[in-house]
Amino acid sequence: MRALRLSATVAFTILGLLVVTFLIGRVVPVDPVLAVVGDRASQSTYDRAFVELGLDRPLYVQFGLYVEKAITGDFGESVLTKKPILDDLIYVFPATLELATVGIIIGTLFGIPVGVWAAVRQGKLVDQVVRILGLVGYSAPIFWLGLLGLLVFYAKWGLVAGPGRIDISYEYAFTRVTGLYLVDTAMQGQWGAFRNVVSHIALPGALLGYYSMAYIARMTRSFMLNELAQEYVVTARVKGVAEWRIIWVHALRNAAVPLVTVIALSYAGLLEGSVLTETVFAWPGLGQYLTNSLQNADMNAVLGGTLLIGIIFVGLNLLSDFLYTLLDPRVRRRS
Amino acid sequence: MKHVQKFVAVALMCTAAAFAPVTAQAETPADTLIQAWAIDDVISLDPAEVFEFTASEVLGNAYQGLVGYNVNDVSEIFGVVAEKWDISEDGKTFTFTIRDGMKFASGNPITAEDAVYTLQRAIKLDKSPAFILTQFGFNADNVDAMIRKTGDMTFEFEMDKAYAPTLVLYCLTSTVGFIVDSELVKSNEADGDFGYNWLKTNYAGSGAFSIRDWRANEAIVLERNDNYSGEAPPMARAIYRHIPETATQRLLIEQGDIDIARNVGAEEIEALSSNPDITVESGVKGSIYYFSLNQKNENLAKPQVRQAMKYLVDYATIADTIMKGKVITHQAFLPRGFLGALEETPFSLNVEKAKELLAEAGLADGFTVTMDTRNTNEITAIGQAIQQTMALAGITMELIPGDGQQTLTKYRARNHDIYIGRWGPDYQDPHTNADTFARNPDNSDDAASKPLAWRNAWDIPEMTAKADSAVLEADADTRAQIYIDLQKEHQQTSPFVIMFQEIEVLARRNNVENFIIGPSFNDNSFKAVTK
Amino acid sequence: MTADPSRQGLSQWLLSEQPASRNQARLGQAWRIWLSFTSNRLGMVGLGIVLILVLVAIFADVIAPYNPLLGGDLRTERLLPPSMDHWMGTDDLARDIFSRVVHGARLTLMVVALVAIIATPIGLLVGTTSGYFGGWIDTVLMRITDIFLAFPRLILALAFVAALGPGIENAIIAIAITSWPPYARLARAETLSIRNAEHIDAIRLQGASSGRIIWGHVVPLCMSSVIIRVTLDMAGIILTAAGLGFLGLGAQPPQPEWGAMIAGGRRFLIDYWWVATMPGIAIFVVSLGFNLLGDGLRDVLDPKAQQQ
Repeated sequence: MRALRLSATVAFTILGLLVVTFLIGRVVPVDPVLAVVGDRASQSTYDRAFVELGLDRPLYVQFGLYVEKAITGDFGESVLTKKPILDDLIYVFPATLELATVGIIIGTLFGIPVGVWAAVRQGKLVDQVVRILGLVGYSAPIFWLGLLGLLVFYAKWGLVAGPGRIDISYEYAFTRVTGLYLVDTAMQGQWGAFRNVVSHIALPGALLGYYSMAYIARMTRSFMLNELAQEYVVTARVKGVAEWRIIWVHALRNAAVPLVTVIALSYAGLLEGSVLTETVFAWPGLGQYLTNSLQNADMNAVLGGTLLIGIIFVGLNLLSDFLYTLLDPRVRRRS
Repeated sequence: MKHVQKFVAVALMCTAAAFAPVTAQAETPADTLIQAWAIDDVISLDPAEVFEFTASEVLGNAYQGLVGYNVNDVSEIFGVVAEKWDISEDGKTFTFTIRDGMKFASGNPITAEDAVYTLQRAIKLDKSPAFILTQFGFNADNVDAMIRKTGDMTFEFEMDKAYAPTLVLYCLTSTVGFIVDSELVKSNEADGDFGYNWLKTNYAGSGAFSIRDWRANEAIVLERNDNYSGEAPPMARAIYRHIPETATQRLLIEQGDIDIARNVGAEEIEALSSNPDITVESGVKGSIYYFSLNQKNENLAKPQVRQAMKYLVDYATIADTIMKGKVITHQAFLPRGFLGALEETPFSLNVEKAKELLAEAGLADGFTVTMDTRNTNEITAIGQAIQQTMALAGITMELIPGDGQQTLTKYRARNHDIYIGRWGPDYQDPHTNADTFARNPDNSDDAASKPLAWRNAWDIPEMTAKADSAVLEADADTRAQIYIDLQKEHQQTSPFVIMFQEIEVLARRNNVENFIIGPSFNDNSFKAVTK
Repeated sequence: MTADPSRQGLSQWLLSEQPASRNQARLGQAWRIWLSFTSNRLGMVGLGIVLILVLVAIFADVIAPYNPLLGGDLRTERLLPPSMDHWMGTDDLARDIFSRVVHGARLTLMVVALVAIIATPIGLLVGTTSGYFGGWIDTVLMRITDIFLAFPRLILALAFVAALGPGIENAIIAIAITSWPPYARLARAETLSIRNAEHIDAIRLQGASSGRIIWGHVVPLCMSSVIIRVTLDMAGIILTAAGLGFLGLGAQPPQPEWGAMIAGGRRFLIDYWWVATMPGIAIFVVSLGFNLLGDGLRDVLDPKAQQQ
């Protein structure tokens, strides 16, 4: 029953996504034919492309055709890349995935201990510092920090590699298998290329990591404070359980339940929302693909990309739901 | 909380260890030329469809046309795939003879069959650049009869009128005339598409390099073509990498991550010129910066206002500051280097004169207009500079920015007041610009062709007739004189304020030599580059 | 305490345990909140920053030494470093960056205010209606809310701006359209907790219409928590607007919008760092101010956070 309701929700959401983006795409004040034929084409060329794009049909027919095809996984062809949208998405998505994953790993790795630390030292200097660092993370425009980071760490000091995912000299040193360059290079033992990839991803990854860290640390702190005030903590202390055990084993395990949701949502945010980071770092991922397609009225690409984003969101929500059930003994018992 | 501190310390160290051993790699492979360029305008690799700057340069290095010209003196036209050509008595038919012994990269020999297939295919596909050929009277129905194979190595090219021979030949040097491997393309045909769905992302040419890979908005990879008939290029591989930002390109070249930076702004020119490892090179290109006044706007339609606008641009200052090194002042519709180009620049900033003219037009207090501005750095900066000088004469000009497609959509619908843009010639013959700046055969809203004169609703039957006569003039000197007269009249009366001619600038590492900057983009060549 | 007796009297009156009137109780409540807010140092810093922003925006014409739109001599006054004449230097069109940043405060404030004015009522209306009626109305409205939530905010705003055309007004509309769903969620949750409260029941029995109950009695009760949430979001709104400006889809040149100024200065970052850095600092300080303010407000007003 629950599964049925869930899938109905998912289907409804995705249909909604389709309608919204389709309508947006149709009112864009850009002539989509121009993107295909350019400015100089003769009228007969223009008319032909107009018909080829299906623009002569009524709006609802265009939408119906789109949905019909989308169900079979055919999102049409991109005007800009001349490739099927699905291929394009499969090609660009790993770049975003890799960056977001590095970001969330850094964010979690630092965010949780820092949050725990702040909770334990509530109101002390550490707590204040963590709080301010978090607020700074919320307040600085990410594209601006990215630019300054590039200026200092790449242009001035040469500590990290520049924009893009990899130096061209390494680009053909390995075969693309998963599209995650860190994984591909490591599996093929191309350590030079691997280090180059690390060097490229370090700055944008650290930046996204900082942003998610700010959020994760804050939530960890608040969940931990909640747990540390519980009776079982007091009982454990009375029983003489070591303080580190109380914090890291007992309290954190319970705080981990809601934290999973926080991390999943934060991950979803990174996957979806790195448009600006991708722009600054010339990162050939989903965000850049979408912005580019939007600006060129490449509607097939926009619809496909948006759908993918919607599915990721819904999927991560489902996943965090599932993990919640798995981790929380109370929910587990109930079901 | 010691444990917490310890945990954080360990986490910090792990991350540091992951990033620490990394230093930026700063050398490109010796047999590979790496260029940074904004390649987002590439939407196809099919010569029948390619039009934009980047793709035409790529094709220029990967394909060969029937004829070519000397990039230093475009009046010198020579055969490439064609060994020679003869023109019939009536001037309507060209007979081309294909050079012996040339091969495509696939190993197939080049024959008349390929040339005929290429031209027929481009006309039947009818993609954007098809008009360059169809203007000679071809269409999908008649082309089989008009362009016909007469032998293994000869074919005839019959037009509806006796066009100026240079016009015909120049048109054949453009990318749409690049010869494709008919055998290879035919083997990839599907549903009568002339192999278009395959060729738009693949390669079937005979140039110095073959195209190995194109990834939109990422990279284009070319490899040495071992079947090339000319001298073998020193580079085994050439890669274009998509880097949209000029500042980023500058960083990359300073760090030695790339060999050539292709998009260099005025600021970068200044900074890179003082770098001992880097040389900045430039060449005059055919593109023209202009703004135009829609004649549907009653203020802008007044002749005095058109004239006044031409005195309200500080040409010299813009060319010396925000566009330094990127443009030269130029005020006629034919760019320098073209047959009959007019190099006089009668206009400069003169606010008093402009005010007088405005008063004459009954607009002494100025008026308000809008200017549609493409949101690129350069166009926006020029637009803002013009906005400032217009204000001196009491004209309030509001900028309406949009991306390229948006402003263009509006321009083509004639819904603008003022449009500022850049126009590049389609081929090396003067007709290419005369056709759009000085011809408007039908000024009605539903006209079949939309030249720039039409887009600004400038109705000019007489000038159109004059421009048409130039096309049929076989004598080069007489023809040049017609264009000079045309430009002089156009310069004074037209609603086009032509401001600058583009200079293409690139920055290369010192060891990279012999890159040729030609007059049009398909002439830019890295065939001979060494490093 | 040897303070002025009349002031002491006022304070006592405000803090009275037995307020004589409803107004006294309300004012007393506000005074207590204010007192506990003033003890939050970071919150006060935030309030200070926001007040400065407002003042700068109001008096921009007086404060700015130069015209923000018209530049000086292109040949001699371009890209000058910060100096006594130009506190933040000049940009590529010889305009004084300080003057532009000052005038940019107006745009920023306008964006924040208009987004709040547009998005808050939408969120309140959808949320309270949904929570009050429940049933299929609730399902439909919440599904629609979910669809909007399923988009990343910036991408959706991007899409809307692309559809409406770039410009500051359209950016505001786009941000507003993408900001209301969380408020709707919040208002719905609040409504659910009060819709069966006794006083609402009583009003219902008096025969008040649903519309009146929602606007007259439910909305005011949801107001405070939604307003806190909006304040907390203001920094996010500023950053989204700046992001749109940076991508060239928000405010358009020559308007001195901070995000667009960063985008414009990006080309000059290496040699003329101040062009992109100064507006960035402005964005950072202002959104930090809103964050500190929101944080302080939450500490004071949110009883759950107070316990912690």
